[in-house]
Amino acid sequence: MNDALTRPDGAARVLDAKGLPTYAFGNRSVMWWGTMGLMAIESTVFALAIVCYFYLWTRIDRWPPGVPPPALLWGTLNTLILLVSVWPNQFTKHAAERRDLRGVRIGIVVSLAFAAAFLGVRVLEFSALGCRWDTNAYGSIVWLLLGLHTTHLVTDAYDTGVLAVLMFTGPLEGRRFVDVSENAFYWNFVVASWLPIYAVLYLAPRVL
Amino acid sequence: MSVATTAVTPPSAHEPERGHAGARIVNALATVDHKRIGLRFIVTAFAFALAGGVLSGLVRHQLAAPQSTFLGPDAYDQIFSMHGTTMMFLFAVPVMQGMALYLVPLMVGTRNIAFPRMAAYAYWMYLAGGIFVYAGLLLNIGPDVGWFSYVPLAGPQYGVGKRSDFWAQLITFTEVSSLLIAISVITTAFKLRAPGMSLDRIPLFVWAMLVTSFMIVFAMPAVMLASTELLLDRLVGTHFFNPSEGGDPLLWQHLFWFFGHPEVYLIFMPALGMMSPIIATFSRRPVVGYPAMVLSLIATAFLSFALWVHHMFATAIPELGKTFFTAASMMIAIPSAVQIFCWIATLWTGRVRLTTPLLFVLGFFVILTLGGMTGIMVASVPLDLQVHDTYFVVAHLHYVLIGGAVFPLLGAVYFWFPKITGRLLSERLGRWHFALLFVGINVTFFPMHQLGLDGMPRRIYTYAAETGWGPLNFVASVGDMITDVAMLLFAVNVVRSLWRGAVAGPNPWDAATLEWAVASPPPSPNFDEPPIVGGREPLWDAGGIAGRVRGLAHEPPEALVTTVVDALPDHRYALPQPTLWPLVSALATTALFVGSVFTPWAVVWGAVPVGAAMTRWFWPRRWEYRQRIAVERSP
Repeated sequence: MNDALTRPDGAARVLDAKGLPTYAFGNRSVMWWGTMGLMAIESTVFALAIVCYFYLWTRIDRWPPGVPPPALLWGTLNTLILLVSVWPNQFTKHAAERRDLRGVRIGIVVSLAFAAAFLGVRVLEFSALGCRWDTNAYGSIVWLLLGLHTTHLVTDAYDTGVLAVLMFTGPLEGRRFVDVSENAFYWNFVVASWLPIYAVLYLAPRVL
Repeated sequence: MSVATTAVTPPSAHEPERGHAGARIVNALATVDHKRIGLRFIVTAFAFALAGGVLSGLVRHQLAAPQSTFLGPDAYDQIFSMHGTTMMFLFAVPVMQGMALYLVPLMVGTRNIAFPRMAAYAYWMYLAGGIFVYAGLLLNIGPDVGWFSYVPLAGPQYGVGKRSDFWAQLITFTEVSSLLIAISVITTAFKLRAPGMSLDRIPLFVWAMLVTSFMIVFAMPAVMLASTELLLDRLVGTHFFNPSEGGDPLLWQHLFWFFGHPEVYLIFMPALGMMSPIIATFSRRPVVGYPAMVLSLIATAFLSFALWVHHMFATAIPELGKTFFTAASMMIAIPSAVQIFCWIATLWTGRVRLTTPLLFVLGFFVILTLGGMTGIMVASVPLDLQVHDTYFVVAHLHYVLIGGAVFPLLGAVYFWFPKITGRLLSERLGRWHFALLFVGINVTFFPMHQLGLDGMPRRIYTYAAETGWGPLNFVASVGDMITDVAMLLFAVNVVRSLWRGAVAGPNPWDAATLEWAVASPPPSPNFDEPPIVGGREPLWDAGGIAGRVRGLAHEPPEALVTTVVDALPDHRYALPQPTLWPLVSALATTALFVGSVFTPWAVVWGAVPVGAAMTRWFWPRRWEYRQRIAVERSP
């Protein structure tokens, strides 16, 4: 507790910080808190967009109105790709936390290959939605949800690409491994936030 | 404690900078010092408040007499919309965040805000957004459908030209800025506190800003989503708010007020945070009931998310829903009252010094209480239906916002001005400022209660003489002029004191928190050797500063990262260095945002320079890397 910092005799104490490390992983680092802040904001956006979806659903009798629900194939395939991508991503994260540069390089390149795959399939997903954004309010919210998530895929893929280049060119120092670790953490968030959106877009109109 | 006996070196408002003019400009644009960025937020926000005040002056001039032809309906609509938009989005929130940016790192005893480059980017985004929307106003593209921009009036069918788009995009600018500052404040308050400042020793102002920042994180996404949907409806033909294609205009109101009600509290809450140190300092004792104060802040934050429908009592909402929201609206009075009673107890049991900052705090009690009473009235459905969209509501909201936020804020300016500039504001002018403002506000807004009860609707640009609303409107306009004189005195006081004010010294009020432990204005970085905190009131308690932290590097400046609960030392963190790239990134983002008012492709092509600039921002510079690697130590 705080008493650890005050001397029992009440005399002023000097704490020498020189011996402390200059970076740390996980929730010890300020980067983790910044990433958490962004994730909290983006989760709120996703949650509110999902609320919009169901709110609009209550406004009309038949849902989806006049169009079939989105075809299952590409969305489901992409869910699988995203879930599997957690594996190279975690591999990269753990390698970063061991400061294993070779492991990070391998992991991050494999992760990027996954990013290319899910971005490609995402294009097909849009084409399989079965409606346009200006067809009706259902089309608008469906495109918005998929568009919001795609923005995250694009930015996360780009961030990972930048880090990958840095891992090969340098300059490298300890805190860059923290960046790789936090980027992987964010990747997990992008995957995790997809699952409720997948359920809403693809399953809800079939099940509910 | 007295001002005269404190020996200090002559202060200057800014750190003197070396080098020629060009280098100075580059330094100013590249700065990542939380104090300079925070001060920029504060000064810019007051500049926008001045603009918003001029607009309200035009409104009052127009309404002073019936059948006035001073403004036409179209100009009037833009002016009152821009008044509300300015005061809410360009003044109230940014000024509070500016205060947080300036004060939180000093109060928790660290050297900078957690993400200073992000804070710099946030400032440039805010400035660009404000310039953008005022450029719109001057080009006759000023938002003209009120500060909450209801659809369908704001939608593609009725909202002519690009006016609503400018409003919606201003929201994106300001909310991006606010959200980034919120993340910085949360991280600073959790991870950069001086060792020994455990959670139960955080100053109440920092608690207030921490809770406010959490509210921003969960409230502002709602209005960003809403304004994005509005832009999409207007630009690419989506149907979110179009009932003929399955959309719903009420969706706008839900999303807007899910943000809009917390918004009121996230303006109010920082003001509450400012009250506590002012009351404590001038009662010469700690605020009564620290745990009750903190828990009340948190309770207020939660409850404020359960109130939004009380703005929608006049819409087709189920009756049970209205009852729930009435109850919640009544309930939020409880934590507010707890805090007010704690402050009264503090004043009651303390040795009170009636200085200008405290006068403004006392003004808060009177004016906010009046606004709170009408708040209880409009929280009940039948009364609300009666006065909805009348001047009664205008009176209510101005009492709440001016009493609840502006008075404490002005008190805070008098209180912290000596810290920021090194010189005290004049007490004599300050008392005149307070007295005239108190009179002016009441003369302006009190008659509006009666006008509302007499049936005068909001947002009308003129009225017939037979309505009988003329005399009270004239009184309100006179009140507005008294307010103008008061604020002019304030401006004179600020300008005069910058040069001729009494030299303040580090702690002119004999206050308790850490920002008063450093010189005025504080050096950069704030603490050469950050303190170890041994008590809740570090400068009052015996052993409140238990020691010093040594061994933090200066090139680059390092901050000490501590644990969340106990604030035990954990590791060193090299603070980001000055760079122009946040400014360049903000300019690129501005191009994207402005372009996307006109074409959706701006989002695609505009993202390229944004991505490039942000990558450059992130990319480590060789010299910084060498500095850091020289002191690096692995865990």
